[in-house]
Amino acid sequence: MLENKPTLMQGNEAMARGMVENGCVVAASYPGTPASEILSSIETWGKTEGVTMHVEWAVNEKVAFEIAYAASQSGLRAVTAMKQVGLNVASDPLMSAAYLGTVGGFVIISADDPGPHSSQTEQDSRLMAMQAKLPVLDPSSPSEARELVGCALRMSEEFELPVMLRPTTRVCHACQDITPVPVQHLERKAVFCKDPQRWAATPKFRYELHVELNRKLSRIAAYAPTAPRRLNPSTMSRRAVVASGVSAAHASEVVSISGLQDAFVFYQILQPYPLHSDFVEEIRTAYDEVLVLEETTGVIEMQLRDFLRVQGKLSGAVPEAGELLPEMIERILCEFAGRAVADLSEAAPVGGRRPTLCPGCPHRASFYAIKKAAPQGIYPSDIGCYTLGVNLGAVDTVLCMGAAIGQAAGFYQAYRVSGQQRDIVATVGDSTFFHAGIPPLIDAVVQGARFVLVILDNTTTAMTGNQPTPAQGTPSGKAVDIASVVAGCGVEFCRSADPLDLPAFTSLIKEALAFSCKQGVAVVIAKSPCLVDKRIRHAKRPQPLVDSTCTGCKQCTDQFECPALVFDEVSRKVMVDIMNCSGCGVCLDVCPLKAIKLGEGQP
Amino acid sequence: MISQQLLISGVGGQGILFISRLLAETSIAKGLPVITSETHGMAQRGGIVISHLKVGDFSSPLVRPGQADGLIALKSGNVALHRSFLRSCGWIAANVSEPFPVSGELEMTTIDADAIALKLGNPQAVNLVVLGRALSTGSLFCTTEEVTMTLIHKLQEKPALLERALTALNAGTTDCPRS
Repeated sequence: MLENKPTLMQGNEAMARGMVENGCVVAASYPGTPASEILSSIETWGKTEGVTMHVEWAVNEKVAFEIAYAASQSGLRAVTAMKQVGLNVASDPLMSAAYLGTVGGFVIISADDPGPHSSQTEQDSRLMAMQAKLPVLDPSSPSEARELVGCALRMSEEFELPVMLRPTTRVCHACQDITPVPVQHLERKAVFCKDPQRWAATPKFRYELHVELNRKLSRIAAYAPTAPRRLNPSTMSRRAVVASGVSAAHASEVVSISGLQDAFVFYQILQPYPLHSDFVEEIRTAYDEVLVLEETTGVIEMQLRDFLRVQGKLSGAVPEAGELLPEMIERILCEFAGRAVADLSEAAPVGGRRPTLCPGCPHRASFYAIKKAAPQGIYPSDIGCYTLGVNLGAVDTVLCMGAAIGQAAGFYQAYRVSGQQRDIVATVGDSTFFHAGIPPLIDAVVQGARFVLVILDNTTTAMTGNQPTPAQGTPSGKAVDIASVVAGCGVEFCRSADPLDLPAFTSLIKEALAFSCKQGVAVVIAKSPCLVDKRIRHAKRPQPLVDSTCTGCKQCTDQFECPALVFDEVSRKVMVDIMNCSGCGVCLDVCPLKAIKLGEGQP
Repeated sequence: MISQQLLISGVGGQGILFISRLLAETSIAKGLPVITSETHGMAQRGGIVISHLKVGDFSSPLVRPGQADGLIALKSGNVALHRSFLRSCGWIAANVSEPFPVSGELEMTTIDADAIALKLGNPQAVNLVVLGRALSTGSLFCTTEEVTMTLIHKLQEKPALLERALTALNAGTTDCPRS
């Protein structure tokens, strides 16, 4: 119904479109920036096109991988999508699935985040593909990402192995005019052919599968559809630039705008691993100087295996950390071509307002209560919006998904073994708790660790765009209740309360601390919905007013840091920003002088 | 072919993505290729949000410093933060309650969009008020009428929302211009 009409598509929507166009019927993911919109778009495109699909937000990336992989083992086309650190979680099935291979086309989309803009690391998923010995494709734009999805599915079926697609933030979150093509309705039926020697291979057969995988890889290194593209075929030069991903898009624009078309031969790499063998040979024989532009690691550069003539990240010619911005590429290309580097403008200075929890966010109240109840405590925390509790001094550690609980237990044991005791209050979001919080909670109970765990339950996966959590259930399944899971893990103190009632919530944390000091893990579920979750209708609440008794002590702006409370340098008092205030009313209990009062009528 | 590089900047929650996509869709309706880059994730939580929008024959989704034709700033503080992206004769359309001078050859148009949006009883509409102001200068690749058509197409199933959006856009276009 949308055919032949250019439509604005975000990179994630474009990859989703490519999946549906190419007959993919099973998709599973766990949300993570910059990959979050892929799954919801697959669902939308599937519905628009009347395709029967199974699309699920899995409890974590490992489960998502396994759901999609089983569909492939049954002969259907399937995809799993995640951010790069999500692939760490799914790395166990990834490594093994590379050996066992696929039947139906199976694509793993792992979105990298050079910068990083919204991630713990700048890791390069292409290295993970190398580690797993799987081919990886590296799109330079949303429209190319859409094309490569189809290519990856076909490759996966031709060579019988999973294929990785590695977009970066600037592909996922770029938007472009893209013309949809008709959807292929493959009408396949799931057929799982039993073959225990393959699907349940013992180590002896794993060796054979490894040998077979190596054979597949050498054939893929000669696969024509993904061969490097020479973008300026008429240029003759002993210099070559080799670029992949969005770096190729930046470089291509710089080359044409700065008139560098004849300065070097310019190749775009679509498949950074395995690099095409003929291309490696050509680079080694036809050029005296080669520059490689890629994000984030020198994956192509290391496969060229020539550190005398090849420059890139490993040689130091290109920065090894951070995003490779177009202005950097312009400078590097001009230097490589021996052109004078134009007087380039400096990048915008970093600055402005730092990210902060939204006005009225219930997490802010939870953190304030935790600081009040355990002012000397250690506060392990986790991945989500509430990581921003670091601004409030209520987040001491952020390692990876679920680590708040493992670390809380670890801190307890470290202090105990050296004869000390500390208050420990860990925070974890509801979605993160389901994702990776349950095994460490069981471990803590079994090992007798003593700490308070506050599960920040805003009934959504907020940071990534309000995806559901298992606590909401699905139309065909049942909801899983957090308190029941906690009880099932053997925790004997588990109470729920709304943190927006600050005094009562603070008392509950104190009670939990008292329990944990003597008896073991205590869990408090801070239950209050996310304010930016559009599924929930929020009642209009009156905005507060600050009266003349405000002394400008800044307790509310420094310790509570609500963006709707602004210290006015002229009057030396705090004012309520009515453009921002949500009327949660928590600041009434934060002000030590009770100078913040309930307003009337507004909004 | 028309060629224009724009930056739209503000803070999370102001509807930067909405107006970026509105302009990108208008570009497509005019038969022009477009590529944009958006901010998502943690930065959206009250932090600085910036959209790059390139209309015409471009392959990179990012605007290089010194190359932008225009900057639409939904927060006055963002003018200083992002003006280095502008070329020497670029223009700025900014949400500013008290106008301030800018150095160089930059052309700045301002509007007190917070006050107007509040007056309209629609504090979420700051983005469209500022966009309306930017359109009224005639410097954008598209006209108010073309953006209006995109809005009508985009929100045709939500008439109440559409009416509020058009009111905000018009308020920006017609509110006593100050330069």
